[in-house]
Amino acid sequence: MIEIKNVSKSFGGNEILIDINAVMETGKTNLIIGTSGSGKTVLQKCMVGLFEVDKGDILFDGKDLTTMSEEDRKELRQQIGMLFQGSALFDSMTVEDNVKFPLDMFTKWSHAKKIERVNDVLERVNLKDTNSRFPAEISGGMKKRVGIARAIVLKPKYLFCDEPNSGLDPQTSMVIDKLIHEITKENNMTTIINTHDMNSVMEIGENILYLYNGKKEWEGTSKEIIFSKHDKLNEFIFASEFLRDAKDMRMLEEKGIIDNDRNMEEIMRDGGANLVMGDEDKEPE
Amino acid sequence: MNIFSTIGAYLSMMKGMFTKPENFKMYWKELMHQSVEIGFGSLGIVAVISIFMGAVSAVQTAYQLASPLLPRETIAQIVRDTVILEFAPTLVCIVLAGVVGSKIAGELGNMRVSEQIDALEIMGINTRNYLVMPKILGALITIPLLVILSMVLGIYGGRLAGTLGGILSGATYDRGLMENFIPKNVWFALAKAYTFAFIISSVSSFYGYNVKGGALEIGRASTTAVITSCILILFADYILAFFLL
Repeated sequence: MIEIKNVSKSFGGNEILIDINAVMETGKTNLIIGTSGSGKTVLQKCMVGLFEVDKGDILFDGKDLTTMSEEDRKELRQQIGMLFQGSALFDSMTVEDNVKFPLDMFTKWSHAKKIERVNDVLERVNLKDTNSRFPAEISGGMKKRVGIARAIVLKPKYLFCDEPNSGLDPQTSMVIDKLIHEITKENNMTTIINTHDMNSVMEIGENILYLYNGKKEWEGTSKEIIFSKHDKLNEFIFASEFLRDAKDMRMLEEKGIIDNDRNMEEIMRDGGANLVMGDEDKEPE
Repeated sequence: MNIFSTIGAYLSMMKGMFTKPENFKMYWKELMHQSVEIGFGSLGIVAVISIFMGAVSAVQTAYQLASPLLPRETIAQIVRDTVILEFAPTLVCIVLAGVVGSKIAGELGNMRVSEQIDALEIMGINTRNYLVMPKILGALITIPLLVILSMVLGIYGGRLAGTLGGILSGATYDRGLMENFIPKNVWFALAKAYTFAFIISSVSSFYGYNVKGGALEIGRASTTAVITSCILILFADYILAFFLL
């Protein structure tokens, strides 16, 4: 579990994070959402110790990162895996060497054992037979999967993902989301994802933190987002008409008014169209 | 950044390099890799420059010493001393500031911009120690060796140009090389080579490591690294000549 207590951060007089409080729970995919420039990446970088906070505490299972000695911080960082927006793979190394790098650096395992572990994680992210390829020779989605493999190879307790879907097509995005979600459950990790991908919010958002201009504006689950009356959040999440319609449909589905298995013709015949387009809080007769 | 904060940031990077390596074997591997990159990677250009440098200085010295009163051996002596004292350490290092310096700054800049340095930091690796230190040590190992090679090839280039151009015979050139040789000059040249190697590698690493932005900034960092290295090399050259000769 990661607890963020009264965290503030500014750069040259610009307040980027203002008094943020949040709890990132173990075994859950915790999402930080917000518009570009809202402070998501800065918050995540503060959480992994790449930026020092101006004020506040960041507790990893009770241990405060902000007051830790350099040695303790090093130890903690070996329990942290991170997937970067651009994957951050080492260009000069093959896929296998990229994934093996943390093992080379921090374990005294035999070469055979390291290769076995590398093959296991590559298989887990559905990347068999890519060991000898270089990052420049694989697609964006594959790079993300190699990034995930490298992040989890040391079996970390905490997984940070910075916009894992950026630059990916919707289908690949969903594959990556599903993979991160499954890995979180399998390893009982505390996963923190920065995103502004609405599919991710709705599909894997178990605990969602909404930032607006550096402040925490809202916190809840993907189900709660559907019913939220928070204007800024609704403007951000359901920005297009299509998404607003989708929200209405999901809301009706959640209330049991419509059934996903029924076809649209049947729903319309039963007056579903009025429900969708009209008063969303109206209960069926 | 003003000059004082730049110097402060440079010294802070230097100080941050000296920590215990996380895994000595990996650091050794990186040191060897950097030594090969810097040393073997620059071998060709150093060889070509050195031979022509010696050849041109032989021809020009012969042109300037046209007097029949001066023995021909003097040409060899002048070529030898100018190559050892100035051309091999200074000229070659200025070329290396361009070749090696831009490579180091570009490589680190690209790693910074593509978040590879952040990825290493998050793993708990001291990147100044893992990325910068091997580059500086690699340069300190290989650049003086390149300078020694340059001295040999430069002097040989002078002999080649002298004999092929009919300026003096090989035997006369060799005799001239043996006359009035001062071994201290070689040590002085090596002192310069070590100083310049440190300047090239540390300054380029500093500018590359601290890149902020994108591709444009990587290019700017490389250019700044080369220009700063060249100026510092010339400045150090003067200081060393003033105090050591």
